[in-house]
Amino acid sequence: MGQPHQYSYPSIFIYGHRASGKSHVMHVLMKELELSHATVSCVECVSIALLFEQVLLSFFGCDAASLLPRSPSLSDFVRVYRQQCSQSPAKQTRYIVSAVEDNVTVILLSEIAWDKFRPNTGCFEPLLLHFPDYSKSELQQILSQNVHPSYSAGFYSAYINILLGVFYSVCRDLRELRHLAALNFSKFCEPLAEGKVKETDTHKLWKHIEPHLKKAMQTVYLREVSSLQWEQMQKEYDDVDLLHLFCLLKGLSAHTHVELPYYSKFLLIAAYLASYNPARTDKRFFLKHHGKIRKTNFLKKNEKTSNHLLGPKPFPLDRLLAIFYSVVDSRVAPTASIFSQISSLVTLQLLAQVSHDDQLDAPKYKCAVSLDFICAIARTVNFDIVKYLYDFL
Amino acid sequence: ILGEIRDYFVQGCEDAESSEIRFRLCQELWDEIKTDTEVLQDELNRTILDSLLDFTRKCSSTRQNSDWTSQMRASEIPTAALMLGVNVPDHDMTFQSLSDMLKQSVSPHVASVQAKECGGKGFRDQSEIILCSPHRLCFKWYENVETSPRVHRSMHCSLGILCDWYTARTKVGAQTTAGVHTETWIQPPVVIIFKDLEAFNPRVLQDFILICSQYIDRLPLTFIFGIATSPSTIQHMLPHSVSSLLCIELFQSLSCTQHLATVIDKLILASRIHFKLNGKVMQVLIGVFLYHDFSVRNFIKGLQLALLEHFHSQPLSVLCCKKKQALFNVTQLSKPNLDRIRQLPSFKRYVEKQEAQEQVNLMTDDSHLKEVCQQLIKDLHKYHKNYYPILRCLHTLTSSLPRYPLGKQIRELYLICLAKNVWENEDYQSAMKLVKMLAKGEMVSLLQKCVEILQLSKSKKMKNALVQLEELLAKFKQLDTSIPSPIKNLQKKTDLFQLQKTLLEMNESRRAKRLSPFENLRNEALEFIDNLVKSHLSPPESQPLYEVCYYSSSATVRRHLNATPRTSIQAALSNPYYYLQSEDGTVSNTAPDICIAYKLHLECGRLINLYDWLEAYSTVVSAAEGNDQDSENFGKVDEVKHARFIRAVSALEFLGFIKSTKQKTDHVARLTWGGC
Repeated sequence: MGQPHQYSYPSIFIYGHRASGKSHVMHVLMKELELSHATVSCVECVSIALLFEQVLLSFFGCDAASLLPRSPSLSDFVRVYRQQCSQSPAKQTRYIVSAVEDNVTVILLSEIAWDKFRPNTGCFEPLLLHFPDYSKSELQQILSQNVHPSYSAGFYSAYINILLGVFYSVCRDLRELRHLAALNFSKFCEPLAEGKVKETDTHKLWKHIEPHLKKAMQTVYLREVSSLQWEQMQKEYDDVDLLHLFCLLKGLSAHTHVELPYYSKFLLIAAYLASYNPARTDKRFFLKHHGKIRKTNFLKKNEKTSNHLLGPKPFPLDRLLAIFYSVVDSRVAPTASIFSQISSLVTLQLLAQVSHDDQLDAPKYKCAVSLDFICAIARTVNFDIVKYLYDFL
Repeated sequence: ILGEIRDYFVQGCEDAESSEIRFRLCQELWDEIKTDTEVLQDELNRTILDSLLDFTRKCSSTRQNSDWTSQMRASEIPTAALMLGVNVPDHDMTFQSLSDMLKQSVSPHVASVQAKECGGKGFRDQSEIILCSPHRLCFKWYENVETSPRVHRSMHCSLGILCDWYTARTKVGAQTTAGVHTETWIQPPVVIIFKDLEAFNPRVLQDFILICSQYIDRLPLTFIFGIATSPSTIQHMLPHSVSSLLCIELFQSLSCTQHLATVIDKLILASRIHFKLNGKVMQVLIGVFLYHDFSVRNFIKGLQLALLEHFHSQPLSVLCCKKKQALFNVTQLSKPNLDRIRQLPSFKRYVEKQEAQEQVNLMTDDSHLKEVCQQLIKDLHKYHKNYYPILRCLHTLTSSLPRYPLGKQIRELYLICLAKNVWENEDYQSAMKLVKMLAKGEMVSLLQKCVEILQLSKSKKMKNALVQLEELLAKFKQLDTSIPSPIKNLQKKTDLFQLQKTLLEMNESRRAKRLSPFENLRNEALEFIDNLVKSHLSPPESQPLYEVCYYSSSATVRRHLNATPRTSIQAALSNPYYYLQSEDGTVSNTAPDICIAYKLHLECGRLINLYDWLEAYSTVVSAAEGNDQDSENFGKVDEVKHARFIRAVSALEFLGFIKSTKQKTDHVARLTWGGC
């Protein structure tokens, strides 16, 4: 980067995976070298104005930021920036961890490679720096530094070793690993506290903790069970019960049952049929005297693949209603609440509206539920949906 | 406002004299129902709200202790996923009480966001708004209390500013309380409620959570997600990198069918509230609930509609109130109202059963009629007091039978009982047969439950029934202690012949299936129940003057609650005089343009030739103008007719009957099928 008075490189692009130490290195660097800098998170800056404001705020304080007009452009920003520079005595290169010009180095931190960002109008290529992922041994070194104050370093690093053995194959995120280490450490220490094993008896400790870690991988790591619940359960139950409990405990994804009003269920079924059956086959499924049409007769070349592999297809509203009326067993008046149920299914994300919002011009929908889900729904209304699906003919 | 409503009520009301009283009665009843439902709602939600409160408290307390584990842990945002079911209209009340309770007991910083508020055109707008709204809301509550934080006008809202403001506030709080206890430096959590998670744009939500997680160490945030479908939506909406920032705990609220059951139990099946719905209206309301929306709020709205309609349209509803008041109102009845009573079908049936002299008296003597009416009103109140306990007893007996012949829920049984004499129902017979097969333990426990129900009732007849039932129960219990066994007789010393004889007798009795004492007793109990049902569960139509309390116009309720826009458009087009209030029944040539165009288009196939249509239209309209059929200009298209036709056609297009098509030039496509 050169000396403070030298002209600096306009932009540096640093990239690497999550938690590979990018921000940490930059922070330490800036602090050590005592460089004036501003750190801005781009997710947070939804508009460019917010970005300018934050940069000015951290360089010059509140007064400068207030000089910006209501909807500032880039030139406004540069103007205010120049003005402030002449006032303030600081004559150092400034490093902004984000985007602009002047005697300023922009350092971009990202999890994505530069190629994805390159604008098609062309721009000044930044200096690329890659932060590689940590290796297993590096991870272990870093993790072992957070020793629990009441235990020895060797003991803790043995624990980290075991932890990594289980989790390294699925997760290399340092942050997440640290989190998991903290959650499971108390369990690891349990036999020690009871006086059954010594700190050095790694094998026994391993035997004790391993099933737990495996269970943790299936639950806590996937956030099926929240970490608070996990800790609580560890406190309350002993080993055997705990493992039993996990079998009974339903995670987030286990709750898939949704209660719907009667006609909503049929609307959803009709939508599913419309999405996964070709429109030509409607006649065969929903007409009483359709005659005998064999599957081979209307098999076209491209339709040999299953419709379920291709995903749901869009269908117009009238087709949905036509199927709905033939599927539902009683006579239903086309009331306003039937139509409002369709739109509430859309808000519940069980249906997806494909075309634009204009209701006048025959809106199109897609069905966004899985086969298992629709089968469960159909079972509650005694409707054999498989009989009506073209794929299972 | 009340005055306005009253004027509106009185206007166009039948029998204006009593309308004031009716309005007051209606208002009182509605207030009662409203407070009852609110209390009910609070009770039902109490458990889940309490656990949610605990959750937020726990989260804020764990955040404050600083031992090794909590330092090591990744800072997750505590999140409560609140499963509310698909009845979205009902959620508002729940959220309202939730945020009230949170503000009272946990933290003043509570903000609710709806997806609607965060709907901008682009993605950027949305994320800005979602950022702003909790921020602004937090400010709002403080504006009145203390000086709001000084935010510069040009500054944009960001979480950073909110964070600074928060630290400033909590510091102030700490300083003021410092004198009392310095140790507890309380950090009330900032709670953000997402009312409808599904409706949020997933990208906005992801960004918002990412931003929040950067501030979590300075700003104790807590999220509450309101989820209508299933918890797996969280996983569908958020990738692992985002959901790993949340510490999600699940809360399940009461299902809406249970909610409805309690509402029906407390509001409909209560003799306290004198306004009743007849079977058909009940059917409509329950149908709307089960088939369409699952919304308890809409159910109560329907009840309110029926209540208003009843008091508005039925002059005799002055008698639909508490017994004392009703008896007084009877004495105040005017001559036309007395005549109305004489016209009531139920009263006519009652008169027919009387002797000839009494019949004449009832039809001519007003004061006699008033006396009789007072008696009848008393009877009606008694009928209600006995009806509901017996209904509940019958429900407890039959609700656990295999295959539920009389329904699982009490509302189903109630509908059956409202329709006709329940004991003539086949299902009732089969249910009774099944009850006859119950084992002793079950029988006793069911009867015990019935006793508990009857104990709540205060009427004389119910107390009598209670006494009898308790006697029966006592007998059941005695059976345990004294089992008379025929073998005992054998122990007497007898000769061989005697023994043979007794054995033969025993054999015979077994063959004839003589009932055991338990079976006898069970039959006795059943007969007792059956008698109770027969004497108390007759349908309301059998009671004279039932029209006073029962609202029966199911068509009105259906028309108001379950609108059919398409049917009414079609009715308007094919029969305009229904709305235009004139006599002619069919579409004549003097009908509005759009009706003529509609009628003509019904005769066409899927594609309509615009020119032919115009010609036909022109002919019809010319005939309406009374032009001479033989003249040269007859049926000629002039500019005015052309313009009128175009307007009618575009109106039809707007209503969705036709649309333009590219298949054929000068043609439009029909979107409906079927002819005239």
